[in-house]
Amino acid sequence: MPPESPPVAAPAPDASAPSPPHQPGLLELFLAFAKMSLAGFGGVLVWARRSIVEQHRWMTAEEFNETFALCHFLPGPNIVNLSVVFGSRFRGVAGGLAAFAGLVGPPMVIATVLAALYARYGDIDVLRRTLAGVACAAVGLLFAVVFKMMMPLLKRRDVTGLVILAAVFVAIGLIRWPLQIVLLVAIPLSLAVTILTRRMVKA
Amino acid sequence: MSSDSNPVAALVWTFGLMSLFAVGGANSAIPEMHRAAVDVHHWLTDKQFADVFAISQLSPGPNVLIVTLIGYSVAGVAGALAATVAMCGPTALLAYYVSRFLDRSRDARWPAIIQAALVPLSIGLMAASGLIVAQTSDQSWIAVLITIVAAALAFATRINPLWVLLAGGLLGFAGVV
Repeated sequence: MPPESPPVAAPAPDASAPSPPHQPGLLELFLAFAKMSLAGFGGVLVWARRSIVEQHRWMTAEEFNETFALCHFLPGPNIVNLSVVFGSRFRGVAGGLAAFAGLVGPPMVIATVLAALYARYGDIDVLRRTLAGVACAAVGLLFAVVFKMMMPLLKRRDVTGLVILAAVFVAIGLIRWPLQIVLLVAIPLSLAVTILTRRMVKA
Repeated sequence: MSSDSNPVAALVWTFGLMSLFAVGGANSAIPEMHRAAVDVHHWLTDKQFADVFAISQLSPGPNVLIVTLIGYSVAGVAGALAATVAMCGPTALLAYYVSRFLDRSRDARWPAIIQAALVPLSIGLMAASGLIVAQTSDQSWIAVLITIVAAALAFATRINPLWVLLAGGLLGFAGVV
């Protein structure tokens, strides 16, 4: 599960696709989300977009971007939020549960099997070495996502954004303060700065 | 907190709470997962945490499934299930209600402002995630080099990340790391 592609660089909306002609059923929702989740080695988001917008045409590109933006500003795993919001839009609570179960269920079974294998064979030297190599590469992928997401801030010369970014990095990564405490300070601060700068731009 | 007496309850409490603070998704929550699993509860060692991170990146599905792996190592299948549901449940419920609320009152301004305010935070959190895993995984110059090359490749090209991970695994297998 490599990191999701940066949501700030959401793809431009396609030329207006026709409105969804067809309402997915519960089984269809489950299967569609299971498929995109199991295909999602390169991040599930790309596959979710392909399946929902291009393949099944359950949403237009704009609707998808709006829904994803909502799920991104809420806490928690974005794609999990998306599955619940998407499923419930078509089939109520049951639809949300079906999409959620499809997204999380099958890969969870795989993850559990891998965890069991690791618990059993994790001490074998060859496996330890291999996993150590994978971890090095995985960290690199994570840093690549960080840099990609930073590019818009650098291009805009968003100094306050970069200062907040650095402060969070130091507080969590270096000092290792608990997340809740850092966020309780950082979220109101960042919100205030964002609202202020928007007002100043307007004025 | 006498969480050690009932590990499943400790998992549910830890990840249920974390779920609501996981701004920017699962990868931003890795420092907090590390703090909870390694420093506070001693469920995993540093090395095991790096391994679990590697396995979670190798397997398909959403990034959040790293909590499935942590849960399994604490309390087996029940732990895996409990941790996953606890990490996804609260925020999924929140998303459900907020989306219904927003469907009725179509004021699209606030999500945009909140999102803009959260972007620097979630990037900072993800950078911290990278640092914390790197401190364990990158113990040699070769390891650091692999990380840098992987980052450069993923940043500059459209290569499928799975190949980068497999290449790292092969180098590890060959004993280079």
